[in-house]
Amino acid sequence: MKPYGVPDIVTLRAICGEQQVLTAEEDLIAYSFDGTAALRKRPAAVVFPTDTQQVSELVKYAAQNRVPLVTRGSGTGLSGGSLPTDNCVVVCLVKMNRILEVDTRNLTLTAEAGVLTQSIADAAGKEGLFYPPDPGSMKISTIGGNVAENSGGLRGLKYGVTRDYVMGMEVVLPDGSIAWLGGKCVKDVAGYSLRDLFIGSEGTLGIVTKVMLKLLPAPKARKTLLAMFPDMESAAETVSAIIAARIIPCTLEFLDQRTVQCVEDYAHIGLPVTAAAILLMETDGHPVVVNEEATAMAAIARDHGSTEVRIAADHNESLQLAAARRTAFSALARIKPTTILEDATVPRSELAKMVSFINEVAKRYNLEIATFGHMGDGNLHPTFLTDERNEEEMHRVEHAMEEIFAKALELGGTITGEHGVGVAKKSFLSKQFDTASMRLLREVRATLDPTGILNPGKICD
Amino acid sequence: MNNRNADTHSLHLKGLDYSVLQQCMHCGMCLPTCPTYVETKLERNSPRGRIALMRAIADDEMKLTKAFGEEMYYCLGCLACTTACPAGVDYAHLFEMARADVEEQGVLQRPERNFWRWLSLEVIFTRPRLLRILGRMLYVYQASGAQSLVRKLRLTAVLPKSLRELEPRAPAVRKRFSNQLIDPVEKSTPTRYRVGLLTGCVQDILLSEVNRDTVDCLLANGCEVITPSVQSCCGSLHAHNGDLELAKRMARTLLDAFDIEKLDAVITNAAGCGSHLKHYDRLLADDPVYAERAWQWSRKLKDIHEWLVSIQFRAPSASVQPENRRVTYHEACHLSHGQKITRQPRQLLQSIPGLDWIELPESTWCCGSAGVYNITQPEQAQKLLERKLDHIGPTQAAVVATANPGCHLQVEFGLRQRGWDVKVMHPISLLAEAYRNESQHSRLT
Ligand SMILES: Cc1cc2nc3c(=O)[nH]c(=O)nc-3n(C[C@H](O)[C@H](O)[C@H](O)COP(=O)(O)OP(=O)(O)OC[C@H]3O[C@@H](n4cnc5c(N)ncnc54)[C@H](O)[C@@H]3O)c2cc1C
Ligand code: SF4
Ligand code: SF4
Repeated sequence: MKPYGVPDIVTLRAICGEQQVLTAEEDLIAYSFDGTAALRKRPAAVVFPTDTQQVSELVKYAAQNRVPLVTRGSGTGLSGGSLPTDNCVVVCLVKMNRILEVDTRNLTLTAEAGVLTQSIADAAGKEGLFYPPDPGSMKISTIGGNVAENSGGLRGLKYGVTRDYVMGMEVVLPDGSIAWLGGKCVKDVAGYSLRDLFIGSEGTLGIVTKVMLKLLPAPKARKTLLAMFPDMESAAETVSAIIAARIIPCTLEFLDQRTVQCVEDYAHIGLPVTAAAILLMETDGHPVVVNEEATAMAAIARDHGSTEVRIAADHNESLQLAAARRTAFSALARIKPTTILEDATVPRSELAKMVSFINEVAKRYNLEIATFGHMGDGNLHPTFLTDERNEEEMHRVEHAMEEIFAKALELGGTITGEHGVGVAKKSFLSKQFDTASMRLLREVRATLDPTGILNPGKICD
Repeated sequence: MNNRNADTHSLHLKGLDYSVLQQCMHCGMCLPTCPTYVETKLERNSPRGRIALMRAIADDEMKLTKAFGEEMYYCLGCLACTTACPAGVDYAHLFEMARADVEEQGVLQRPERNFWRWLSLEVIFTRPRLLRILGRMLYVYQASGAQSLVRKLRLTAVLPKSLRELEPRAPAVRKRFSNQLIDPVEKSTPTRYRVGLLTGCVQDILLSEVNRDTVDCLLANGCEVITPSVQSCCGSLHAHNGDLELAKRMARTLLDAFDIEKLDAVITNAAGCGSHLKHYDRLLADDPVYAERAWQWSRKLKDIHEWLVSIQFRAPSASVQPENRRVTYHEACHLSHGQKITRQPRQLLQSIPGLDWIELPESTWCCGSAGVYNITQPEQAQKLLERKLDHIGPTQAAVVATANPGCHLQVEFGLRQRGWDVKVMHPISLLAEAYRNESQHSRLT
């Protein structure tokens, strides 16, 4: 295959317009990272297409000249997905940000890929409808980024993840052609479910330009509880017990003491900073059921060692608690210069084992690890609080990380529950996938993108 | 006048403890609250982009360029990003250091800019008496009818363009300044606290009644008020515009004007000054003579709303004038973001009986005043002003309360542009009015 080419700025300008192409050093630096720690690389240019046609022309040009393209939403990704590669053009979609339709008869919403997740939630809310996926970054992440990472959120346990809400999409394929996949039909089995191929594809198979989402009626009632525990294991056991009791709350979020302290430090909302661990639990739906479930969850928590269970007084307090939880990851950055968050996920029955293992690893390697996460989904975020300039310590971090991944796999889990493989977890993927799966992955990619222009070096080589 | 050292090794950004720069973990949570990012959608105009540029300079990955300098002045310094940032990034500090580097490296030098900086930062705003004389002259110009004559004859055409555009914005200078309205010592009976009052520089001339109202509110709450009649500018203007040396000089002069040990608190009513004044401890940390007093000063420095609420102020028993009762509140950036004071002004205002309170949507979004931003970046400032006015309109408020002279004048200017009959008042002026009305209780009905 011919080597990668260098982008021609004049052509980029001709396609997207003079103003929509950036090449100044000050701009390239500002696009040389995403939300992932310790990864930086400058692109050759950054472009802002404003419609699908421009995206198509960009991709056609790139395919013909083998110019690498890295698609970017808001750059909040946590696996280096939108990290630039050598001589690439960053295709930033934030200026494609129109909500095209809210269809209240079919309960769908159609938007361009650069619309912020929060704007989608707000637009649905205005019609009394509900878009459940709510990643911690929803105030700024784009819906295109959510689709490309198949993002989860705080409500995953009951409502699932982004994939469960994508009914259709418009996608620009690696040769520049434009495809519409899926549609408004609740049932549709014509051909392969191609849209599913692009969900979670991390910008390697196509550039999503429009998304059609499923909406739900807004739940009538909700109740939020905060349970405090003397140790992390009893919180984990509570989660397993709630699920075993056939209760599916919408939220079961876990935060250890370190995380709670940091969040409280930022938000000042009176979180219990002395408990070793807390669970943020929420049930929503019919008022009668909500009350029943809340009572049952409180009882289960107490049975499993919870020292105190608080119930949020009103909707405002619930929102405040959820908002505070969303800041957990960033708030942890208060402690050390570098904050590296992992995404190991295990079957829910194995949670307590995983939590103890993480604590044990932290001790053994003499590292500071704060853990929080979507416990109801078995999705933990052990977060290393470290300093990228301390080489010796970074070495220990790497080893500790390897052990945590190995343990997650041993327990039947995955190396990433929601942040994707990107570059950060690329070297671990072959540990999880068997040889046949790895080959299939590469074959699918090579078939769609034979010249390898879309996000090269991400997920796998 | 500038370019005191062109040595890149002594950059303030490099001198920063590296963890201050590293603190930003580029999560992007601050982006949707940054007015310039929301406007352009470009990372370089965002907090995390700007911090990345600062870091690149500190790491020697980039030179301190003119474009960097311009970026630091496109930033409003509104500090909305610090409220949004869960990681506790001290953007205010980074921003001041970056602007100081921009000035010391001289990347933005142009003769006209240099002249205006010199005149304002080094001549006028270091000399409180001169400022009052200029203020007096401006007052005479406005009151004598000369202003309208000049406007009619288009005499402003002889002014340089930047001044010509400013002239119609020039707010009305008050007839009497703070020292003519306030005695050096005003006693209350009984006296629970002894406080010093900062009269400010802009506030002193353009909004001197706010200072009088502040004294009245303090007296009504058992505070004896000490007000030195000549006070230097607090130096916030200098620090925010990259002149740290002058800022330090101003701070020392102001410290000399107060006997800090004998005071329970030093009160400021201007948000922009307050957010700077509270950091004298850091500004003068290396000063062998002043460090200790600056430390005390920072601990005693209180915004008026913060202070009144903390001493359990007395709610007035009367209301404000009937025409001033429908009130909304625009939060000065340097009060809400700079000092995290959002609850107290509302608490004070809502304690006024009969007040028709209405929340302003996006109340913490910058109005575009941002120090001298409306002069240096008129286009972006105007966009922000329009956005603010678009929110004020539907509230149908008779009064927009706000606690910073810059915001006060900016919003007032905007309201005038739109020809709306809406007043701008300091929250403390409303409170003082209510206290004053207590002697004529019947007004409440
Ligand atoms: C504080 C914080 C909290 C977070 N919380 C969560 C959470 O709770 N759950 C969760 O799942 N994630 C979370 N994340 C991770 C991240 O926000 C999500 O992965 C999000 O979906 C990324 O969106 P983005 O717009 O920032 O995409 P980017 O980071 O810009 O891109 C992410 C990936 O998607 C690709 N991509 C982007 N747009 C498109 C498109 N239109 N077409 C094709 N490919 C595209 C990029 O190439 C890249 O590989 C969090 C991140 C932060 C910083
Ligand atoms: S300034 Fe704070 S909120 Fe903004 S990107 Fe940096 S860490 Fe995140
Ligand atoms: S100070 Fe205001 S304008 Fe500047 S980066 Fe922060 S939020 Fe943006």
